[in-house]
Amino acid sequence: MVEFHVDRGSGLPAYLQLGQQVREALRLGWLRPGDRLPTVRDVVATSGVNANTVLKAYRELELAGLVEARQGSGTFVKSSLGSATPEDLDPLRAKLAAWVAEARSAGLEDEDVYALLREVLSGGER
Amino acid sequence: MSVVAAGVSKWAVRDVSFELPPGSVTAVVGANGSGKSTLLNVLAGHLPPESGHGAIAGRVAYVPQHKPMYKSFRVADVLAFGKHMNKTWDGERADEWLKRFKVPRKLQAEDLSGGQRTHLTLALALGARPDVLLLDEPLSELDPLARRKVMSELLTEVADRGMTLVYSTHVVAEVGGVADRLLLLSAGRLLLDGETDDLLEEHVLYTGPHASKSPVKGPVVQAKHGVSHSSYLVRSGGAAAGEPWTARFVTLEELVVAHLERAA
Repeated sequence: MVEFHVDRGSGLPAYLQLGQQVREALRLGWLRPGDRLPTVRDVVATSGVNANTVLKAYRELELAGLVEARQGSGTFVKSSLGSATPEDLDPLRAKLAAWVAEARSAGLEDEDVYALLREVLSGGER
Repeated sequence: MSVVAAGVSKWAVRDVSFELPPGSVTAVVGANGSGKSTLLNVLAGHLPPESGHGAIAGRVAYVPQHKPMYKSFRVADVLAFGKHMNKTWDGERADEWLKRFKVPRKLQAEDLSGGQRTHLTLALALGARPDVLLLDEPLSELDPLARRKVMSELLTEVADRGMTLVYSTHVVAEVGGVADRLLLLSAGRLLLDGETDDLLEEHVLYTGPHASKSPVKGPVVQAKHGVSHSSYLVRSGGAAAGEPWTARFVTLEELVVAHLERAA
């Protein structure tokens, strides 16, 4: 199950933020093919976003082939993203958590961590 | 439509034209005195426009900013009054709203907190089963947490009933994801009228070397020049600028502020 959160200070339109959160949940295995996405009404009630925003997000995910709307029963995950299994992810997550704790105690803030991560991911190029 | 403020020879709202699609949520944004309340008053049918028309099809409920109320009325009396005034009264809906926000029915209006007064006026408005709900600064007396809760509940009403919601606010940062459409007023004129998502996607901030010209096509909303660099906020529709320019989207707040500064 995903719980949506909209960062209203972001320049990214809310519907794209919702889409991004579904994609992340797919990559992390929180959502799997066959799972039902929360109903539009549930998202409206719990996250305080407009129903049209949720519909737009779901429609965009549908166009991307990630989910499908089934008449009268909701929106379901159609395909997964990423190839990692929970068995792969769990130990990596644990190591990363330990690393982040180390970075925090060295005084790094979130933005520092992101910057460092981006640098390492891009192979040291900036 | 255009409206002249009472007793004043200045236009309060001028040459304003827009549509309210059924089931949509529209935020009316602007500085104090920009004409937000006037606009809502015209839509509510309380102020006749000097020219044009501000007619809305269907039942309209309007909650003004100052939330007038008979002090000696208890909450239950206010609801009874609502029933008396409305042929289409939905008492259950009004009651449910008050229960949701834990407003005791026995309290007298003069003893209500600002938040409770907000909940009561909203309950009264919703009980009238409006097709269009007009709210002038509905959240101004609420703390940030309550603002979110009330907006969530209002959006649920919109989703469940197909109601159209128009509300004014000056907290632009809270509009994202809530309002489908944004109307930005300045000195009685409409600066922006569009889908919130489209506005965000159309505006891009380009930063690069000092330049006297924008790196992309499109209306320049704001240009800033430093010693060695320039930045342009352009309604470019998301066009890419060549090296060495960098581009990023702006927040709704940055966007609104830039448009207001340009108009000033």
